[in-house]
Parts: sequence; C-alpha cells; structure tokens
Amino acid sequence: MSLLELDDVSVTYRIASGEVPAVRGVSLSLDAGAALGVAGESGSGKSTLAMALLRLLPKEARVGGRILLDGDDVLTMKWGRMRAVRWAEASIVFQGAQHGLNPVRKIGDQIAEPLLTHNLAKPDEARRRVTELLEQVGLPAWRARSYPHELSGGQRQRVMIAMALACSPRLIIADEPTTALDVMVQAQVLSLIKELVAEHGISLIMISHDLSVLADVCDQLAVMYAGRLVEHGPSREVFREARHPYSKALAAAFPTVGDPGSRMAPKGLGGDPPDPMQLPGGCSFHPRCPVAVDGCSTLDVQLWPAGPGRTAACVHARAEEEVS
Amino acid sequence: MTALPDAAEPAVQAAGPAEETPSSRGMLRYALSKAGGALFSIAMVVIGTFFVFRLLPGDPVRNLAQGRNMTPEQLDLERHRLGLDQSLINQFFDFVGDTLRLDLGTSYEYKRPVLDLIGERLGPTLLLAGTGLVIAVSLGLWQGIHAGWRHGSRFDRFSTGTSLVLWSVPTFWLGLLLMMVFGVGIGPIPGLLPFRGSESIDAPDGFAYVLDVAAHMVLPCLTLVAVVYAQYLLVMRSSLLEEVSQDYITVARAKGLRDDDVRRRHAVPNALLPTVTLVFMRIGFVVGGAVTVETIFTWPGLGQLFYEAVSVPDFTLMQGTFLLITVSVIVMNTLADVVYHMIDPRVRSA
Amino acid sequence: MTGVVMARRRLAVSRFWADFRKQRAGVAGLVVLLVAVVLALVAPLFIGEGVTSVVSGTGPKWAAPSLDYPFGTDESGRSILLMVWWGSRTSLLIGFLAALLSIVIGMVVGITAGHFRGWIGATLMRVTDWFLVLPSLVTAMVLAAILGGSTFTIIAAIGVTTWPTTARLIRAQTLAVESRPYIERSKALGAGHWHVTTRHVLPNVAPLLLASATLEVASAIVTESTLAFLGVSSNKTSWGTMLRGSYDWGAPTQGAWWYILIPGLAILAVVMAFMLAGRALEAVLNPRLRRAS
Repeated sequence: MSLLELDDVSVTYRIASGEVPAVRGVSLSLDAGAALGVAGESGSGKSTLAMALLRLLPKEARVGGRILLDGDDVLTMKWGRMRAVRWAEASIVFQGAQHGLNPVRKIGDQIAEPLLTHNLAKPDEARRRVTELLEQVGLPAWRARSYPHELSGGQRQRVMIAMALACSPRLIIADEPTTALDVMVQAQVLSLIKELVAEHGISLIMISHDLSVLADVCDQLAVMYAGRLVEHGPSREVFREARHPYSKALAAAFPTVGDPGSRMAPKGLGGDPPDPMQLPGGCSFHPRCPVAVDGCSTLDVQLWPAGPGRTAACVHARAEEEVS
Repeated sequence: MTALPDAAEPAVQAAGPAEETPSSRGMLRYALSKAGGALFSIAMVVIGTFFVFRLLPGDPVRNLAQGRNMTPEQLDLERHRLGLDQSLINQFFDFVGDTLRLDLGTSYEYKRPVLDLIGERLGPTLLLAGTGLVIAVSLGLWQGIHAGWRHGSRFDRFSTGTSLVLWSVPTFWLGLLLMMVFGVGIGPIPGLLPFRGSESIDAPDGFAYVLDVAAHMVLPCLTLVAVVYAQYLLVMRSSLLEEVSQDYITVARAKGLRDDDVRRRHAVPNALLPTVTLVFMRIGFVVGGAVTVETIFTWPGLGQLFYEAVSVPDFTLMQGTFLLITVSVIVMNTLADVVYHMIDPRVRSA
Repeated sequence: MTGVVMARRRLAVSRFWADFRKQRAGVAGLVVLLVAVVLALVAPLFIGEGVTSVVSGTGPKWAAPSLDYPFGTDESGRSILLMVWWGSRTSLLIGFLAALLSIVIGMVVGITAGHFRGWIGATLMRVTDWFLVLPSLVTAMVLAAILGGSTFTIIAAIGVTTWPTTARLIRAQTLAVESRPYIERSKALGAGHWHVTTRHVLPNVAPLLLASATLEVASAIVTESTLAFLGVSSNKTSWGTMLRGSYDWGAPTQGAWWYILIPGLAILAVVMAFMLAGRALEAVLNPRLRRAS
C-alpha cells in the first residue's frame, strides 16, 4: 500500500466576492521511500495542495476528496489525532526560511519543540537530539543557542531541514526549499535533502517552480496548472520530453546546467496564469498554448495515458498515444 | 556521512560563539547614545521652558495677574521676586543653575517650595496612575491578543468597536458620567462610591484606611483605564495581526502544537515586544489622562497640582510641575527604548 | 502630457471613491460629519450668539428635557439644545483649524526631512522626535495658560503639540515616493527641489495627508473640549466649555444628566464620525493596513 494517496482532492477558498477554486480534482499517490516533485507556476495550487495534506489551510478553505496517509483519511481525522500526525508522521520544510523560523526564539528550542510537544523526548534527550540533528545538516552544535537572524539564508534552510527531521517522520513535504537562496547554497541544500531522504528512507514531496531541480531530486514528477494535474510520470522522462505543452514550457524556462542548447534558446512562456475566478473554458491552458487547436477551448481534457507510467492532459498527447 | 562543510559561509561561522562581547558592547553603546539623546532632550525642555515662559507675547506677570487687581508696586515686587527685572542672560543662567540644583522656586499660591509640594503629591499620582497603567496594560494586551487571534469573530468586532468608542470619548466626560452614575447616583439608585479626594475626612486607621483609599480610587482609576486601555488593545491587536500571517506560525501549527500554544509561544512573544515599547513610548498620553482624571475627582496628585497651577495661575508651580512631568516622560521613553533593545533578539545584535 | 496625467488622476479618484464606498462605517462617518458641518454653517440663519447669554436664559433653571426644551436647560435656564447647536461652531472651527495647522506643519517638516536627507533631514527628525515625546495635553495647557485662552491660542496650542505624528508619516511616504525610478529620472533631467517636492511628492502624499487630517480633526476636537473643560480656554461657548459649566455648577450632584450627556454625546458623535471616515480613508489608501483589518 502506498504511504500517501490523494483521491480527487479539491480546495476552494470562500471569500467575500465568491468561491475561488485553488485545487481541482487532483489524484496522486506516493510510495514509502519515494520522492515526488510537484511543479507549477505560482498560483497553480501546488502550495495549497501541500498545506491541505496536514490541514494547514485557513478556515476559509474547503477541502474535498480524500487524503489517505497510511490509509487514514486526514480530512476526517479528529483534531487530537490530526495534531499527533502533524510533524511526527509528516513534516514540512517551508519556502523562504527567513520567515519560517520564529525570530525571537533560539534555534535549538525551535528544533526541540516538536519532540517535546509529541512527548518523544525529555528535555535533556531533546537537547542531545538537537545537537545530532544540527550535525546531520552540517551545522555546529553551538548554533542551537543562536537566533535565526544570526544565520545566513542557507544555514536557516539547514535548520528548517533539521527541524523537519526531528521526529523522524515518514514523509517530508518541502515547499520551495531552495527559493531565495543563491545558486551555490541552493545546490548544497538540494544535495543535503537528497542524501538525508535516501539515508533515512523518508518519502519526499518537493514543490518547486523549477522543473530541473525537481527532476534532479525526485523519482516522479507531477505538473500542475490552474489547480489541476496536467502531467504525471517518471521525472527524467517528463523533464526531457514533456507531453503537455505547459510542462514543455516549464522545462525550457530553466536551462540545464552545462547544456549549451538550452542556453541558446530559452523558451519562456507568454502570458499570465489565469484568474482562478474566471477560468477559461475547455482546457484552462489553451489561451497560452502554442499548439492549441479548435477543440481546446471547449473540450475538457482529462488525464490520459501518455506512455509507460505516464499521463498527460492534452489532446496532442492522446493523439500521439493513439498513433503509437 | 551527510554532514556538509559550510563551505559557502565560512565567515559567518567563524564569527561564532565569540560574538557575545561585541554584541553586549554594542548594547552599552546603544544605551549610552540613547541616554545622551535623553539628556539632550531634557536640556531642550529646560531651555524651551525658560523661553516659553518668558518670551511669549505678553508680560508674564500681567498674564499671571489676570483677573486680579494688582497695584504697580505689587507688580514690580512680583517681577523682582521672579527675577524678571534682571537681564535675560542672567535670568537664564540663574534658571539653569537653580533647575540643576533641583530648586524649582517658591509657589506663589502656596508660599512654599515647589519641590516640597511636588514631593507631597507624587505618592497619590504614582498610586493612581500606576494602578491604572497596570490594569490598562494587562487588560488591553489580553483583549487585544484574543481579538487579533480570532480576528473577524464576534469578540473581535465587539472589542474593536468598544475601543473605537472609548478612543473617541473625552476622558473628562467619561469621568463625569461615572461620577454621576456611581458617585452621586441616578434616579432611585444611590451613589455607591466616593468621588472626591483620595480619602474620607474622618478616615479610619489601619486596614480600614486602605479600603477607604481603595474605594476612593475606583472611579478615577476606572476612568483612566477605560480611555487608556482602548489604545493598548488596538495597538496589540494590529501587532498580532501582523504576526498571524507569518510563515513561522504555520510551521508551529504544522508541528502539531495546540492553537493556544501557537498563540502563547509563537505569536504573542513576537507581537508583544514592539507593542509594549509603543505603549510606553506613548506614556505622555497617560499623563494627560491623569491630569484630567485627578482634576475631576479632586485626587490630590501631581496632575491636580499642575491643574491648580494653570488655573490660578501660579507661574513657578506650573513651570516646576511641567518640567517634572516632561522630564519623567522623556526618561520613561528612553528606558522603554533601551529595554526593548536589550530583550528583543532581532534588534539586539543588529 | 498633462491631459494624460489629468485623466489618470480622475480615474484614480473614481476608483478611490468606489473603494471608499465599500467601507460602510466610513460612509456612515462621512454622512454624520457632513450633517454636523452643514448644521454648524447654517446655525446663524436660525439662532445667534444670544442663546449662550446668561441673561437671555428664558426657561426654568435645571429643567429636565420636555417638549419646550428637548434637551433641558442649564443653571441659568438656557436651552441645552440651542447651546449645543451654537457651540458646534466653535468646536468644529477649532477642530478644523487646529488640524489644518498641525497638518501643514507636519507636511512641511515631513516632506523637507524626507527630501533633504543630509543633516537637515536628521535635525528635523530629531526635533520631531523631541516634540513627539512631549506630553501633548500638558504642553498645550501650558501654552494656552501663558498665551491666554483665545480661540487663536487654543488652535496654536493644539497645532503645535500634535504635528509630529503627521511629520513622521509624511517623511516615510516621501522617502518611498522619492525612491521610485521616475523621480530619479526627473532629477537627472534637472528638476529642482521645488519641482520634485511640489510636482511629484506632494500629489503622492496628498491622499495620506487627507486621511491623517481627518483623524487629526477628531483628536483636535477632543483636545479642544479637554482644554476648555480644564478651564484654559475661557471665551466662546463650545461643547467643552458647556461641560465645564456643568461641572462647575454641580450638574452631577443636581442629577442634571442632560446637561452632561448631551454635549458629550455631540462630541462623541462628531469625533467618531471623523475617526471612522479617517480610518476608512486609511484603509483604502494603505493596502498594508487594508490587509490587516
């Protein structure tokens, strides 16, 4: 059985001026020890989806469908059970570590906090565990006594990772863990995540707008657009030869390091993501799609098989599949 | 092994545990510069007071004599007593010298040294304003925290609405209403609480005396609290709202903390520090409230003394009380600022 | 060029009005304050200074509200209703003029401190901070006592003690505006200090000034009534002097609740109206605040 299973998950924000669909019918699954990358522009619903996994969305959000963590539906859990699951079974590495840490509390206390909250350690054990965790992410033990602002961006992100590992969870959700870091530090943090996840056999969901980063770390890739899954499959294949034109554009937006071809022809995507309150009919992507055909503005495209272990929500992908 | 060398950031690491010394030295330097600033401000207040009281249009003696018949001889005598027949430079140095020696002159009305009068009135003011401040701060912060945490809730709308009304209410009017309803009594309801002075004429001894003073303090204190606490509530609420949307709050929730713990351990400590500082920075507002409240309820404190000085008017007494009030406000402000820098890690080493 | 600018400003104004109309409390405040201002302006058409004269009090003394005297009478038989109406002229006038003075000082100091960032700006901010710390009511009392309690003095005393908040706000806004690229461009094209501050900075800080001024009127009315109550303004009938009279004549002990309640409610209504309108303005103009509330 898979560790995490999303079944037709949808998230709708109810605001004064109406309902905003942020995530629309996403189904995914993740095996224990596997790594899944979720890609998309800002506003594609990827972060909302991640927050929904631990029911961290504001109360204006309505979540539908089923989110099974180890067979238990997160959405129908009692609050006590929900709190017990949080961090102990699934923890989160947040984007922009500068705001993810409480500015007026010492690093060590913040790392130890979940251990103490879940009664996994007594205070002195927790202190030892903090030292151990800091070592694992490459920070000296005395850093436990520092405040977040005394650390660099990369160090703070390491602290976030140490914190996520504290309760030895089975799943880590990393939401844009390397955004706002410079390239060198980004690479260090990425390889750190990769190694730790592999070493501890933790499952990983990594969220990013950078397809190349995801392809590097994850086994599977899921691409989201306007709240929907538009492509899913093994990461290398999705990255190298995407079937959905949106995935293609995302892959092209970030040049592969060392590949002169991608540097010569950076293909950015024109236009902006659609306003979730006024989604275009048919395939939501058709107004920006370079290869849209007549039917795209009316036909609601589903995820279709697009090669071994792959799906894509595009008429072209289906046509290719039927031809082959 | 997964441990990576901190290759990209060696400089930061090297500055490691030894950074406490420069930080505390920075703190000292900060405190000294603030103290210097405060001294400068106080000097400006002293100089400003001198010139305001002497250079503004009109002859101070005539201003002071308004409403009273004074013969030219009396005016001259008064002028001489105040040293106004000397040159401005001489007056200025006399004034500064006297002020530095804490000689605030002799009250025209009471014929006694201003400093003695102030000494007598300090106690009641500290009792009233101190009690009022403690209640207003705790109540305002508590309610502000809960209103901000559940913003948009009925409690929040109620709190914000009440504070806006209280903020708009003139302190003295609220005092008059309370005096009428609870002091004098209205219709069939008799007055429940004393509303004049700080103790009964035939005040009993011992514990009964304490109760007597406490009873006298209820109405003035209530008035002061009502007006002051509304501000604290609004400031605390908006400060908390700033924090609620921060990522670290979501992290704290994700860690599995109870809602109360997220509030207590994460949101409040961050929102509290700037709020408390702001609260003490605005201590001048409390002082204004205290003057009004003491006047209405004839509470024998500094505020009432100042009011008497203004309404007589008693030139030296007004000058002395004004100097004292202003200097204490400046000192409290500076203290609040320095203490904030000492306890907030975000600015401590910045 | 100017046509484009005008059209853009007109569009901004209409969008602003659409936003403001959504702030229900703000609209209510605006209506109340307009009514108050109109009533104060038309008062001389119906009544005159005479309603405040002690000798012209025609009614019974200390009369409770009745049909003849809807809000009762005071210690000399004057109608509270008419006095509150007439007194609104002084209260509002002082409120408006004191706020205007305070805003003008604050604006000049704020823009200057924001525009000239060297020692001039530093010195001005130092002075501002110094004034900010002074307990404003106490200082205003001293000034009013020394200068004598004329209307002009009270306005000056309030204006001089309340400008620092505006100055700080405007300075911050000026800094923000001047860091925009088009100001750099304008400076590079040889625009002088006067041109930059009046043509670029002022139009950009004007909306905030309006919001600030509205709030300032509210607090100036409260301060005026407090000063009048504390006896430092000794002349014309205002809501504050009425309440002073009620206290002096022992209205609380006489049980003359109307003498206390009515002028105070007038202050409360007008001050709240200004404040709600001002907060609504701020909320519309300052997105940071809008998000938080």
